[in-house]
Amino acid sequence: MTTDVNDIVETIIAALVKTLPTPVTVTTETSITRDLGLDSLAVMDFVMVLEDKFDVSIPMERIAEVETIGDLARTISELRGHA
Amino acid sequence: MTILAKYTKLREHYHRIAGAGRDPFTVKFDAMLSPTEGMLNGRRTILLGTNNYLGLTFDESCIDKGVEALKSFGTGTTGSRIANGSYDGHAALERELAKFYGRENCMVFTTGYQANLGIISTLVGKDDLLFLDSDSHASIYDAAKMTPAQVIRFRHNDPEDLNKRLRRVADHPGNKLVVVEGIYSMLGDVAPLKEFAQVKRENGVYLLVDEAHSMGVLGDTGRGLAQEVGVEDDVDFIVGTFSKSLGAVGGFCVSDLPDFDVLRVACRPYMFTASLPPSVIATCLRSLERMQEEPGLRTKLMANSKRLYEGLRNKGFQVGPDVNPIVAVSLPSIELAITFWNRLLEEGLYLNLALPPATPNSQSLLRTSVSAAHTTKQIDTAIELFGKVARQLNVQPALVQTAAE
Repeated sequence: MTTDVNDIVETIIAALVKTLPTPVTVTTETSITRDLGLDSLAVMDFVMVLEDKFDVSIPMERIAEVETIGDLARTISELRGHA
Repeated sequence: MTILAKYTKLREHYHRIAGAGRDPFTVKFDAMLSPTEGMLNGRRTILLGTNNYLGLTFDESCIDKGVEALKSFGTGTTGSRIANGSYDGHAALERELAKFYGRENCMVFTTGYQANLGIISTLVGKDDLLFLDSDSHASIYDAAKMTPAQVIRFRHNDPEDLNKRLRRVADHPGNKLVVVEGIYSMLGDVAPLKEFAQVKRENGVYLLVDEAHSMGVLGDTGRGLAQEVGVEDDVDFIVGTFSKSLGAVGGFCVSDLPDFDVLRVACRPYMFTASLPPSVIATCLRSLERMQEEPGLRTKLMANSKRLYEGLRNKGFQVGPDVNPIVAVSLPSIELAITFWNRLLEEGLYLNLALPPATPNSQSLLRTSVSAAHTTKQIDTAIELFGKVARQLNVQPALVQTAAE
């Protein structure tokens, strides 16, 4: 995994921990829908926060393909053109 | 593991809601006494959740026209317009709607859901971009699923957020379509359409406004929010429905775009479904006239809305940000909302129970919709019943600090 993706993972985790109601250990392998108990709308709302942080727009069909935190970081990295 | 096993959680959730009293998803009326009153389990019940804004469902002239068409043209068209042809009425309704909106073109759909689904998913193709408000109706989200275009959500009622997202893709060569609603169906909040229109102009994109809940409600002649705030020239497509102010079922889209009619052979939710029964078309033609003949209906509707909104707010209930025919009371928990809804029904007041994930910000809502046909007494009874049930349940509605939140 590239440094860029690692940095993105760290930013995602920091932002996510702030939004979750209960403290959870989040890693690259954490499944966003299964392990965090977020419904699809909550995921889309969280993605909006990330879009602002990284100044990208993540199309809905790309969000649908995302399973883990690592997937999300790679998608953001690709959209920023650093893939 | 059957094919339905994936819905286990949904079923458990459903049973929890239905198990607390009456099942809110299968309420059955034994008879309709008027646009605002029905028989429910042998009891006269005030209807305060029907979207019947102008109360035209029992208008005698509409019923007469419907019966006449039923007798002359039969019960249904038994097929789609591209296969079975159009009846006079379908073309006439399209002409009248185009005239009412002052537009060149109109397409009528079998439901409002299909109008959004069909128009939005067909307008944007694989090289285009679709921008939608995060609180959009399910029909808009489903259109987003159907289209091969890239779909980008923006924050609810936030033109600056949309602007930011449009600027990010300023170099994208595809066409861009922005979709907003006039009045949002859950909280009755209104889109800042003037500001959205400005963002549209600055970025050179297309704008579609869904006036489902604002047609017949807002604007000098009832054309909706775009008319109310004077930005109709900036709106490329208006989508609406016959199932609210016009008191029937069906949907439409009007536009001035040249070649709009090509959509009739491109838009699958239009092409591959049976067209509306002639009797429905006939009642809509008449209710569209009634709406224009009697602007007083809109005045009465807004007076009733204001009375309910202020009455509930004065009792301390948390209501939406704008005074509109949709008045939604937000309650602190799903359980309380379910109990409250059941008690109101037992007292003879029907409204909509709206729960997450169908609601903005996961709110638990008792959603009402006001009609011009409600009497002042019915509105006052509804307010009193809200207060009575709150006292019975020992709910202290949080006192509202400001007029608009």
